[in-house]
Formats: sequence, C-alpha cells, structure tokens
Amino acid sequence: MPEYRWPEMSKRKVMGKRLNRLDGVEKASGRAKYSSDLNKPGMLHGATLVCPYAHARVKSIDTSAAEKHPGVTGVHVVSPAGTEIQWAHWEVAFVAAETELAARDALKKIKVEYEVLPHVVHEKDLNKVQSRAKAAGEQIEGDPDQALKEAAVVSEGFYGIPVLEHSCLEPHGNVVSWTPDNKVELNPTTQAVTSIRGDMARAVNVPVANVHVHQDHIGGGFGSKFQPDRWGVAAAHLSKAAGGRPVKIFLDRQIEQVIAGCRPSAFARIKLAANKEGKITLWESQSWATGGFTGGGSPPIPYVYTRIPNQRKNHSAVSTNTAPIRAWRAPNHPQASYLTCAAMDDLAAKMKMDPLELFLKNVDLTARADTYERQLKKAAEMAEWKKLWHPRGDSGRGPLKRGLGIGVCTWGGAGHDSTARCNIHPDGTVEVELGSQDLGTGTRTVIAQVAAESLGLRVNDIRVKIGDTNYPPSGTSGGSTTVGGVSSSTRKATLNALEKLFEEVAPALGAPATELEAVDGKIQVKGNPAKSLDWKAACAKLGVKTISETGQNIPRDAPKEGLNTGGVGGVQIADVTVDVETGIVKMNRIVAVQDCGTVINPKTAESQIYGAIIMSICGALMEERVLDAVTGRMLNNEMEFYKLAGIKDVGEILVHLEIDEINDKRGVIGLGEPPAIGGIAAIANAVANAIGVRVPIVPMTPMNVLNTLSGRMS
Amino acid sequence: MPRVTLEVNGQNRAAQVPAGATLLEFLHDGLRLSGVRAGCEEGTCGACTVLVDGRATRACMITASACQGRRITTLEGLAHNGALHPVQLEFLRHASLRCGFCTPGAILEAVALLEDESRPVTKRRIRQALAGHACHCGMHARIVAAVEEAARKMGRLHGRDDQARDPGGK
Amino acid sequence: MQPFEYASPKTLKEALALLGGGWSDAAVLAGGTDLISLMKDEVMSPKRVVNIKEIAELKGISKTAAGIRIGALATVDEVLSNPLIRASFPALTEAARGVASPQIRNMGTFGGDLCQRPRCWYFRAGFGLIPRHEGKDLVAEGDNRYHAIFGNGPARFVSASSFGPALVALGAKIKLASPSGTREVDAEKFFLAPSSSDVREVDLKPNEILTEVIVPATAAKNATYEVRQKDALDWPLATASVALTMKGSTVASARVVLGHVAPTPWVSAEAAKAIEGKAVTAETAEAAGKAAVAAARPLSMNAYKVQIAAAAVKRALMAAAGVKA
Repeated sequence: MPEYRWPEMSKRKVMGKRLNRLDGVEKASGRAKYSSDLNKPGMLHGATLVCPYAHARVKSIDTSAAEKHPGVTGVHVVSPAGTEIQWAHWEVAFVAAETELAARDALKKIKVEYEVLPHVVHEKDLNKVQSRAKAAGEQIEGDPDQALKEAAVVSEGFYGIPVLEHSCLEPHGNVVSWTPDNKVELNPTTQAVTSIRGDMARAVNVPVANVHVHQDHIGGGFGSKFQPDRWGVAAAHLSKAAGGRPVKIFLDRQIEQVIAGCRPSAFARIKLAANKEGKITLWESQSWATGGFTGGGSPPIPYVYTRIPNQRKNHSAVSTNTAPIRAWRAPNHPQASYLTCAAMDDLAAKMKMDPLELFLKNVDLTARADTYERQLKKAAEMAEWKKLWHPRGDSGRGPLKRGLGIGVCTWGGAGHDSTARCNIHPDGTVEVELGSQDLGTGTRTVIAQVAAESLGLRVNDIRVKIGDTNYPPSGTSGGSTTVGGVSSSTRKATLNALEKLFEEVAPALGAPATELEAVDGKIQVKGNPAKSLDWKAACAKLGVKTISETGQNIPRDAPKEGLNTGGVGGVQIADVTVDVETGIVKMNRIVAVQDCGTVINPKTAESQIYGAIIMSICGALMEERVLDAVTGRMLNNEMEFYKLAGIKDVGEILVHLEIDEINDKRGVIGLGEPPAIGGIAAIANAVANAIGVRVPIVPMTPMNVLNTLSGRMS
Repeated sequence: MPRVTLEVNGQNRAAQVPAGATLLEFLHDGLRLSGVRAGCEEGTCGACTVLVDGRATRACMITASACQGRRITTLEGLAHNGALHPVQLEFLRHASLRCGFCTPGAILEAVALLEDESRPVTKRRIRQALAGHACHCGMHARIVAAVEEAARKMGRLHGRDDQARDPGGK
Repeated sequence: MQPFEYASPKTLKEALALLGGGWSDAAVLAGGTDLISLMKDEVMSPKRVVNIKEIAELKGISKTAAGIRIGALATVDEVLSNPLIRASFPALTEAARGVASPQIRNMGTFGGDLCQRPRCWYFRAGFGLIPRHEGKDLVAEGDNRYHAIFGNGPARFVSASSFGPALVALGAKIKLASPSGTREVDAEKFFLAPSSSDVREVDLKPNEILTEVIVPATAAKNATYEVRQKDALDWPLATASVALTMKGSTVASARVVLGHVAPTPWVSAEAAKAIEGKAVTAETAEAAGKAAVAAARPLSMNAYKVQIAAAAVKRALMAAAGVKA
C-alpha cells in the first residue's frame, strides 16, 4: 500500500501554491453553463403556483381551464383538496408548457378555493407565542443557584437575531426528464450531486440506477440546495406526462426568497455571573428560535466557552407559519456565537473591564485554550486594540462614535465520505473523477493540485471531472467537509494508480516498483534522475491498457491516516463607526485570525474567509426577513429591501490564516463554515462599544440602533 | 409580436418576441447566451448587465424592443481574437470570482467604465460603478482589486495610485 | 407580465395621440427602471406601452431666460454631471448622486424620477396605494418602518422621487403636455397625497406626458442631504433639500423640504421659520431640524425616522451654508 500521508510542507511542489482556479476562464468568459442556462431540445417550461395565505386549507382546486390553455402539456397538483397549508408561498401546483409565457398564463387559470385559517408568523416575543413553543426541557450543570449567590457580578441581557434568507443568485430549480424507459435525467442546482440521485429516485419511485444527475456549475447554495424539492419532483412528473420531454422549472425570485432559504432565528435572555477577577462562574439562558412550521433551530450555547462550571439552560422551539429552515453555512453557530459573545461583552462592560481581558482570562473554559489565547492576542494586535479600544461608550463628542468588538468561532470540518477514481491512459492523460461538486469554493482546483502533487505533474496535466453520477460517489458539500473528503480520496486514488503504473514501468527502468517515484513529470528510480522515463513514455508502457484505480476517504478511518481532520478555532475583531444621529453603522475594518490544517490552495482558502466576513457584515447590519402580521406574507421577498452589503459597505478586511508546520501536520480541514461564524458577534460588540449601549436585536439597522439609543427598544 | 433586430457581439440577430420580452430574455433564453445571467430580475443584483452601445445596462430592466438596432456586447463577445480582456484576466489572477454567477455583470460594468474614454477612471469611480453589483460569495474587495489592476494595465487609472490592498495576493 | 402593444413614436405629438383616457389604456416608458418591474409584478398592466425615449424634443438640459430647463428625458447621470446645475443647484446634483447606482443613473430619466410609483411594499405586492386587506389597514397594523411620519393619511407611503424635494425647495415649474395643449404646475402642487387607491400620487392625467422642468434662476444657497443605510442601491430613509436666501451671513428666507417622510415632498414652514433671521451654525441648524419634525406623527415602527429627518435637515442646512460639522 502506498504511503498516503501528505508530503512535507517544504517538499510540496503544487499543493500550498496560490494557483488561479481552473474553471476561472470559462466563468470569466461566459462559457460556464449552469443548470439554469440549459435549453435542451424539446424542453418544456414550468411555472409554480403558490398559496398566498400563511395558513389555509385547500377546499377545492380546478385545473381544467389551465390544462386546456394553448401550449400546456400538463398540470401537476401537489396540494390537492384537503391539504392544510402552513406557510405563505407553499407550492400548490406546477404547470408545464411549450413556452414560459404559456405556463405563466395557464397558472392564472387554476382555480383554488381556500379556507383561510389563523396564522402566527412572529416569534420575537416568547410570551405571545407560548402556545406555539415546545420546550426542550431544562439542562443543568453544576449548581447554578449557589453560583448566583456567590457571584461578585451578575449581568443580564436580551439578544435576538432574525431569520435570514439564503438569497442564492441562481435560484433553485432544475431541468428534468423522465423518459418512457423509466429513466430520469436530472440537471439540478445542488450541493449534493451524489445523494440527490437517491433522493430523486425515492421521490419518483424508480431504481436509483435509473437516475442520472449532471451539474457543471452552481450559482450559490450556502446550505440551501441539497434536496430535489417539490419543484424537482413536479418537473419529473410533468416530464413523464409529456412523454419524457425535459421540463425546466426554476423558482421566481419572489418565491425563491420565501421558501428556498431560511436560517433559523435565535432569541435569548441570558444571565452571566463572574467572580471579582472576571472568571465566569454561571450561565443561565432562556432561549427560543423558530425554524419555520416544523420548529427546530437550537443554538449551541454557551458557545466556545462551553466549560462554564454552572449552567441552567432552557430552550423552546417555536413553530410559526413560515417556510421550513434550510442549513446555512455553520448551522446555528453564528447565532450561538452572537448570543454568547454579546453576553460576555456585556459582562465585561458591567465590570468596567476590557472585554479582550475577559475573553483571555476565561480561555480555560474553551476546548482550545492555547489556540484562542494566541488568536485573541494576534487579532488584537492586527486590529490595533491597544490604541483604538476605549471603555464602552467613552467615544468622545460629535455624532460619529467608533468602537471595537470581539467574536469567536469553532467548527469541525473533517472530510466526508468520498471516492475518487484516477484513470491513467496510455497516452499519458490523467483523469480524476468524483461525484462531487464545486460550489465556487475551488473544489476542481484543489483536486487537481492534489493529483498533480501525487503524480509529479502540473495541474494542467490533470483533467478533473466532477458533477456527474457516472463518477464515484462523493459526499454532499455541507459542513466544510468537501475539501477534506475530496483531497483525501484523490490522494489515495492517484497514488493507487501510480503504484500500478510503477509496476508496469519497473522492468524498463530495471528497478523494483517499490523503488520508483514520480517527480517533475518523470518516473524515476528514487533519487536518480538519470534512470527515468518521462511521463508520456512511462504511460506508453501500458500498451492498450488504462489504469483505473479508486481511493476512498472513510471518515471513521481518516484520523489515523492523517490526511484530514476536524476542529478549528478563530477570532474576529470588528472596528465600526456609528453615526448616532442617523443610526448608520459603517464598517472600518474587520480582522479575522483563523486556525487551519493543511492548506492546499491559500488563495481559495482565503476566499472562504473574505466571503464569510462579508456574509457576516450583511447579517449584522442589513439582512432580515420581514413578515407581515396581518397577511402572514414576507414583505421583502426581493433583493431591494432584502439588503446585502455592496462594495462600498464592507470596509477593510484583514485575514490571517495560521498556515504553519504545526497546523499543517493536522491534515486538511474545511474552512467554509468557521470564518462565517464570529463576525456578527464582533460587529455587535463593536457597536455596543461605540455607542455605549447594547443594540439587542440584529441586524443593527438605523431603526434598531436609534430605537436603542432612544429607549424605544422593548 | 414585433420583430426585433439587434447587433449582438458583432452579428445581427433577429427574432419575433412578445412586446414585454426583456433584453435578458432575448439574449439568455432566445440566443442561449450563458454570459448573461438572470439573478434578481428586478434591477437590483446586476448579474444581467450587458453593454448596450458600450454602456453598462441591466438587461432585465429594458425591453428587447427598446434596443432595436443597438449594439449589444455580452461576456461572450468580450475576448478579442481569443485573447481575454484585461478585466477578465485580472478577475482570474485576483480570484475575484467563486460561484461565478455575478461575474459577467461585474466584468461588463468594469469594462464599460474602463473603455469610456470620455471620463477619467479613478479608484472612487471604480468603487461607485461596482457598488451596484451583488456578490453573495463576498468577493467584493477582490473584484475592486482586479478592476484597479486592469485600469492600471490599460493606462486608464488617474489620480493617486496608492496600491490597493490586494486581499487576494498573487 | 400581461401582453401589451408597444409603440415608439418619434415626436411628442405622435406620442400623445397614443395615450388614452384611463391609466389602463397606456403607460409611458422612458428609462424603464420602474415601469418594467411594475409590469412584471402586474401591479400595472397597461394595454399599450409608449416608449418616449426617441423623442428628441424631450431631451437635454439648457440655460433659458427663466433659469435652467431640464428635459424629461435627461438622464439622472446627465443631471449629476451638468456643470450649470452643479454651479447653481447643488441640491439637484446631490439628489442625483443619491440615485441607486451608476447604471440606474444612466438609464433612469429626470421625468421618470418624478413620475415613478412608490416603493411601499404593500403597494408593490398588489394591495394598492392605500393598502387594505379584509378591512384592515395594512400599513397601520403591519410593518411600517419605511412609511410616512407626516400627513394625515389615509395614504402612508412615501414619495419615492429623489428630485422632488429639491425642486419644491427651488420653486421649480413642471410642464405637462396633452393632446389639447400644455400646462404648467408648481413642483409643490405636482405631488399629491391620494385619498384612494384609484388616484395617482402626482398631478398627471392619463393622456399627459411630463415634458420638462424649469428651475428658476436663484441666488439662494441650496443643498440636499440624504440618509441611506447602504452606500449604493438603497432608498433613503429621509432626505432634506433646502434653499436659503442670505442677507450677509444671516438667512433672510428659507425653504426646507423633507423627502421620503410623507406621500409628497414635505415642506416644513416650521424649520424655515426656525432658521430665518439667524446665521447657520451647528446649533441653529440642529434647532431647525428639531422644529422640522416637531409635528411629525410616526406610525408604530418608524419613530426612528423622525430622528433621521431632523438630522437630514440639520446637515442640509449646514451643507448649504458651507458650515463644517
């Protein structure tokens, strides 16, 4: 068996290099095809009918006029009479037609009678939604009552963070055909090329082997694109009804924003206590959240500082008449980080203590005391904490107030189950195939870098093939598991294939296969370039054979193999200026210090952090699902009042990725989630530091900031 | 249905389209150009930006009929004899794109700015021009760095040229 | 989008002949930055769309005996970069700068800014200008964070026009053409607070086209200050445009007009009175800002806009007078 371990950092030739992404040219020249670009021969267009009410029962549905509309090939009802609809924009029926226009016109001819039922859409005030709240049961550690009695300082606060929408620029949707031979061809927008195949097979009851999935590129997912969804299954049925013609259904933006996203909210009343030195002794929380109608969404609190000795926690899941949650980059962690770090920051303020000191003093309450201590100090240095920090509210005269704040994160990020296949052809071409997907993170590029490193080639010598179920199964891209999974499986597959190649060329080089190595485009006797064959000549020895070897990353075995692992920490510090006359918060700077493992491409790794920080800025200052109490509908289901930060709103971003020999020895760790966690907490604490008072509800819009400053925040 | 003729990437393209058909629908759905992207379809995100007579224009906010006879450039029409435009090249070097969905719009907005000889290009104008482009992958700083570098290489950058902090590095 | 007939006349006369007696007969298309999305959402479904973009006589910005004429088809960008306007009417230049993004400024027209429909999310969702649902007042009972803080209702949306407040402050005249002739309306009277969802929010009839605006020459110091959360592509939370006729260093007379706080640009006589006879300082400007909002009647969620409006007035006054904060 080959030695799979990564080569030493100093000896790597391709891994660790800041290479440009391999799919960059096609994306920058308009050639990249997303599933929403597909326009297949004979393709029909679908349209989606949704319910305008947040809670209703379908009394009757009449599709006869729609079916007769010119150009319509079929109507597929997913909410027949009797269906109890639990959120606005719930899908009722889909239409397929020769043109998009015909499909939309036909939609208007579907007659649905509803019995409108009472709804609840807001969860901010727990007292008002007690009937919808399901308590999880009290959790106690230590002796919280005694800790409260002995506390030198007790700080209490209320904090909240609303439901956000994923807002993928490419909406959810797909092109599906279900042909008379019972085969299903699916072109989805998915983070899960391999597993969506089985999900679709189950949904339409065909053998998994009859389903083929292909996706080249995807325009954003952020955790919201794993399942075939109702529109995917409906497209299959409509295709079948039309004799197997492909049916394309993509959601309209207004529907996309309501039902194809949703990150759970989190609200909490938190009590923290400390002794007079600032050691935290008690955590008490009453938290609640909504994950839509089905409930769910429970932030892991206290966050990072998990070892607070005395704790009392109560959490309730609130069921509202809103669309169900979907996973979002680091599910529940940004919320937990915000709730915890804000409460800690408030405790420091109450003690008139520098919060940096409080965060440092309590690092022994974390699972990575050394890491957080190092990162807090580094981030503070980069953010000029000593120079710029001031006690809370001590921000001078004039309407512009500057402040700094801290947020922390942790995540796993170990590789998922992934199988790669490496084909070495007699003409020297190399293919690496995985049923994986590139969300834009650079998956193709890191696969090529690993393969090139392992085979002694350059990245351009490797043909990476992903996004298709004809390739070996590879895990879903969620939880920062992709890079660890695909790099490890690629490493093993390529080395397994190389071992076969060595066996083929060993006679020609007059040395045993075990004495060969692949270096700089050559196969040579170890350490002896004089006894070598260049790659093409070596592969020519295969005659008519193609080597095809697989390699698998099995999560349970990964720790002992050392190729990938999980477990990182990170610290972010935000620097903001608040205009207290207008309530506008401007980002000056955000600093991110991020732990990591083996980094295959520092450029794409840093991209994760830049992107994550901007996502945090959006969440801290702008993003919010606004629902109407009377109609139960979302009011900002577009991208005008559902606000995302623009280029001029984000300030300076400084990233320090801790790439070093010690971290490198841990193996590859995914970096998608961790940097997306601490930013909201850091910005919230910076605002409190600037204006002298806690804005309890995120996002810190002018409304929430001014309401806080004027005592209107209830 | 009116017949609309546009010059798209140097070729005359004609089609009968419904009066309400947007330029976006004409290009993406009709001509199947994947360098024109449907994002928000309400003028906010900027993904559908194309050049109409050289000016950056949101293709979702203008009817195809209103562009009768105009010169349209999409991302596919940007490369010259197979050579990428400097803005495209710098987007690659600076890792200014991830999922790539917003990329066509941002590149064409930058090209319109850099190729408009009537006004000098400053760093401030680069930021202003790009401020209306949503990128949910969050490549804001790298997009700005790429466009500044392209402007520099095209000899179009005026004013103080303190090197942008390039978050992407080379 | 509902099907419609499309026309692209070359002259104003032809264009006027294509309009009808009711709003559902025809709609005027210029930059399209508002109409296209209204039609996509079927908030408006005219039978005919009349593209006026090819009509030369509606274009351009020029100096006239009376002041400056801004053609309805002048783009927002042309207003922004026009040196005549910048020299005399910085209030308009600043208002232009605040409009969305460079692209919208390239496409969007001056006339279109004045005639655009409100951004009220209930209106855009099809509930009408005075949104009601099952007998309930949606704005009063719902999410009114972006709605009016002035006016007696029933309309609670805010005028979306960026140029409206500055034109009202500068005493501009708006010219309208119909098949039977032309008429001129004071900018202040052009904007209306409708009493029902069937009435328009501007004094424009279905068979009329806004052709040009005359901004009278003035020596008044003027400025606009907009408060927007995002730097680009965001609607203001409140704005203020002011025009100050100075006598030495004191304000002889003032026009103070707030934007995005009422269904029309909102003239504040109280703020004008507060600053008249005084030199503009941070203190007097702040007092005028407070006076401007003394009579505000915020809804359940938008008391914060009262503070923002006061800040906008203060800052606009200081900008007009050249006083540093």
